[in-house]
Amino acid sequence: MSAILVAWTPNEYGAAALDRGVTEARLRGDRLLVVNATRGDAYVDERYAGPARIEELRSELAGLGVEVEVRQGMGADIADQLLAAAREADAEMIVIGVRHRSAVGKLLMGSVAQRVILEATCPVLAVKPAG
Amino acid sequence: MDSFGLLWDGLAAAATPENLLYALIGVMLGTFIGVLPGIGPAMAVALLLPVTFSLDPVPAFIMFAGIYYGGMYGGSTTSILLNTPGESASVMTAIEGNKMAKRGRAAQALATAAIGSFIAGTIGTLLVALFAPALAEVAVDIGAPSYLAVMVLAMVLVTSVLGASKLRGFIALFLGLTIGLVGMDLNTGQPRLSFDQPLLADRLDIVVVAVGLFAIGEALWVAAHLRRTPLEVIPVGQPWMGRDDWGRSWRPWLRGTALGFPFGAVPAGGAETPTFLSYILERRLARKRGEFGNGAIEGVAGPEAANNASAAGTFVPLLALGLPVTATAAIMLAALQQFGIQPGPQLMTDQADLVWTLLASLLIGNAMLLLLNLPLAPLWAKLLQIPRPQLYAGILFFASLGAYSTNQQPFDVFLLLVFGLLGMMMRRFAFPVLPLILGVILGPLMETNFREALAISGGDTSGLFNEPLAVVVYAIAALAVLAPLVLRRVRPASEEPTKTEEMSLR
Repeated sequence: MSAILVAWTPNEYGAAALDRGVTEARLRGDRLLVVNATRGDAYVDERYAGPARIEELRSELAGLGVEVEVRQGMGADIADQLLAAAREADAEMIVIGVRHRSAVGKLLMGSVAQRVILEATCPVLAVKPAG
Repeated sequence: MDSFGLLWDGLAAAATPENLLYALIGVMLGTFIGVLPGIGPAMAVALLLPVTFSLDPVPAFIMFAGIYYGGMYGGSTTSILLNTPGESASVMTAIEGNKMAKRGRAAQALATAAIGSFIAGTIGTLLVALFAPALAEVAVDIGAPSYLAVMVLAMVLVTSVLGASKLRGFIALFLGLTIGLVGMDLNTGQPRLSFDQPLLADRLDIVVVAVGLFAIGEALWVAAHLRRTPLEVIPVGQPWMGRDDWGRSWRPWLRGTALGFPFGAVPAGGAETPTFLSYILERRLARKRGEFGNGAIEGVAGPEAANNASAAGTFVPLLALGLPVTATAAIMLAALQQFGIQPGPQLMTDQADLVWTLLASLLIGNAMLLLLNLPLAPLWAKLLQIPRPQLYAGILFFASLGAYSTNQQPFDVFLLLVFGLLGMMMRRFAFPVLPLILGVILGPLMETNFREALAISGGDTSGLFNEPLAVVVYAIAALAVLAPLVLRRVRPASEEPTKTEEMSLR
């Protein structure tokens, strides 16, 4: 069974990506692979979920009738981690949340979503939170 | 109250807009580095040393004092919200403080820590104003042999009382004393331990040694352990306390102050012991004992007051005797020397303006910290999201710049790296840094007194023991080393209070 990979973060972008990912997985009868990654180079990373939040996510996803795997990872580059997970699981599609960024923001920091979109070997679905 | 009259004059001198600005920079920077685990006030003061050469001593010391107190405040925020003590004095705060935060009482824990620190810091500073001049008056008459003995006592106490391993402590101390010897002998002009290097003959710069040990050592250590699973920070709003919290907090604040100040003032210094004792005391006295271990406010209020009171207490030996008992105080002493000010009992009279303005600015800085920290606590917690590569790149930049700019010698940058490697290896093998830095800074002062005592007696060793005070002090030092050894013989099963190895390093 091929997989839908959701790049998930504990915020509205992750929630939007997950919503869409669940819909796609049901539609295609695929399993759902939720990946939450961190660079692990700061004491606190708001986009990395703690054990309690992961447990909550698992129970949220349990009753949806989709086969679910939640995975957390740590490494130098978040896009690399997502791409590696997609390759390994032979993902049919990657779902990722995207957001507006200022010109300076784009200049200073690379975009994870941009790299995933450009370098993934499967289709990538970019979603935005409602509103 | 003559002291308080002088303190009032100091307040007037400290309250100029320029000095207030330096105090503000100091407390902001202090809180910043206090919040971030691994970066302590000693490193911050060392990094700032080269920058302050262009300033007058008064604003420089106002800034240093702000960093010192700010570091204490910042450390408690990290302890409570992250369960990772920002610095060693906040280890005890983390125990109850983080439990309180997990139960949704983070706001109250932060408030009792901030207000307790303010009260303890204020009372402590007033006590310094009271005791330091009296002590200095007595100390002026102390001769070289006794002064030497007091320094030996301070080193022995710091090395053997603090830290988990005495052997490691003494190795670090003697390493520091050796580093302090490098360069020209001031009496005879002979180069010592210079390996025929003209650049080494010109004595090591304390900025290079301190910045290398603290900043480069820490940066290398972090680089070796770059990626760690992020911790969860407990979200918090504005700190506040209810009536019940006030009622339960004020007694621990005062008891913590009473415990902390003497420990800071006696050359056995350090905030670890009094915070530990305060925690134990509050647990004994607590009415709701079951709450201890699940987030009792007394367990935050007491130790937090104790650590700030002891920080204030360390100014008594520093100002009255020229004796530092913490790493930060040691660097401040080095800063005094850089400004050409002779530390020691004469400081209170020769540099009265500096001393009283400094004490007054401690009071002002303390008040600023309270006003800043209550509303800004959520913002400080955000600092923990700074990625380590960016943070340490900045520290390395300032460290190299500081080392180079002291003498404009590339060789100093090389030395900086050597001491950085030493700092990292010491951390790796759990050697405490405090005895080493004390050795480097106090070693030359000790040698001066040693030589002076011997010169008076014409080279006869009896010249070291011909003052009753010196003999008494040596006896105390010997007792401090031997008593634990004897006690261990008698009661081999006695367990020492467990201190986390990593924490004793800073």
